[in-house]
Amino acid sequence: MSSKDNTVTNVAAAGPSSTDDFIKGLWRENPVFVQVLGMCPVLAVTNSGSNALAMGLATTFVLVLSNALVSALRSFIPKQVRIATFILIIATFVTVVDYLIQAISLDIHRALGAFISLIVVNCLILGRAEAFASKNSVGRSILDGLGMGLGFTFALLCLGGVREILGSGSLFGFALFPAGFQPWIVMILPSGGFFTLGLWLLVFNRLKARQAEPVSPQEATP
Amino acid sequence: MNNDSLWTIFLNASLVNNFVLAYFLGICPFLGVSAKLATATRMGGAVCFVMLVSSICAYGINRLLIAIDAPYLQLISYIVVIASTVQLVEMFIKKASPALFRALGIFLPLITTNCAILGLALFQTNKGYDLLQCLVYALGAGIGFTLALILMAGIREKLELATVPDMVQGTAITLMIAGILSLAFMGFAGLGTS
Repeated sequence: MSSKDNTVTNVAAAGPSSTDDFIKGLWRENPVFVQVLGMCPVLAVTNSGSNALAMGLATTFVLVLSNALVSALRSFIPKQVRIATFILIIATFVTVVDYLIQAISLDIHRALGAFISLIVVNCLILGRAEAFASKNSVGRSILDGLGMGLGFTFALLCLGGVREILGSGSLFGFALFPAGFQPWIVMILPSGGFFTLGLWLLVFNRLKARQAEPVSPQEATP
Repeated sequence: MNNDSLWTIFLNASLVNNFVLAYFLGICPFLGVSAKLATATRMGGAVCFVMLVSSICAYGINRLLIAIDAPYLQLISYIVVIASTVQLVEMFIKKASPALFRALGIFLPLITTNCAILGLALFQTNKGYDLLQCLVYALGAGIGFTLALILMAGIREKLELATVPDMVQGTAITLMIAGILSLAFMGFAGLGTS
């Protein structure tokens, strides 16, 4: 949490730039790989690529709308009851999304199950409302929500893709391997989710360490 | 309505479909508070209590919402009840044991956004349990959560003595362990029938 808050203030100090609001969620402050927020849906619905995509888009939708509303109401909401208010706003949009998905595709609704309702308790959304939307203008909050949401979707797709390719030998329902391929059942099971996310974090740690290496000697010389 | 026997419900909620390791609910406290055994036990206790109280409330609310024919209010009213229950528990712990209050820190208010509790309320509604079944389900889920948390904390305390490569340090290694734990819990499949 603290590192994220630091980066937010750094960005604010450097002067607000709208592209940065959008870009930072995609990679540098990726909600899943860097901030490790919103883990439950990340692990639970990523057993196939299409589920991951649907979940990612639903979360993005809620994130953008709740960020916008929280930001628009930020001067009216009393400080003491802000968390409760944020949760109510989020719950309203999640109910909308729940009925929306039911109307669009009953199959997706069945596959995601209770996890659509559980978007309410995704710490990512409450986190953005508290850390960003309650302090910034509507436009910037929408961009921030969009960036974070797409970053979240990207992370879900990374996991869902790997798990579906290895676990059922297909991607988005299209078979990738010849018939002789023995799927790794364990990847679709719950434990596969933990392993895959662990490995992705490992990759990200490696990338971060590699980026940090060339910088540190320069900083040390002056 | 559902005719599952109480023992089956308990076994299913605590072991076979463990909330953390099979349903991925409550991962945040599972990763966050599982570093020390003592904190993990107390956190488990707090979650158990909140689960029982919110389960009773959710049952009542669901009855009321069916009576006034407003199912779209379900999610909103559940989350409000859970948030108030957590507030209550927070005030109680602050008064009864300030040391525990400091140890749990930010994770106590975060029980509100613990998906395990909202998940429990939603699942018991979907399954159509009666009041007694709801209570057993909540108890089973709470004990299952505590069990997973304690197992994890035990392993992580041992891990402090091991040499872990820098790259895997932190969340990555914890997730790997969780994966192995989850594999182990799959051995319980078939104990109860869902």
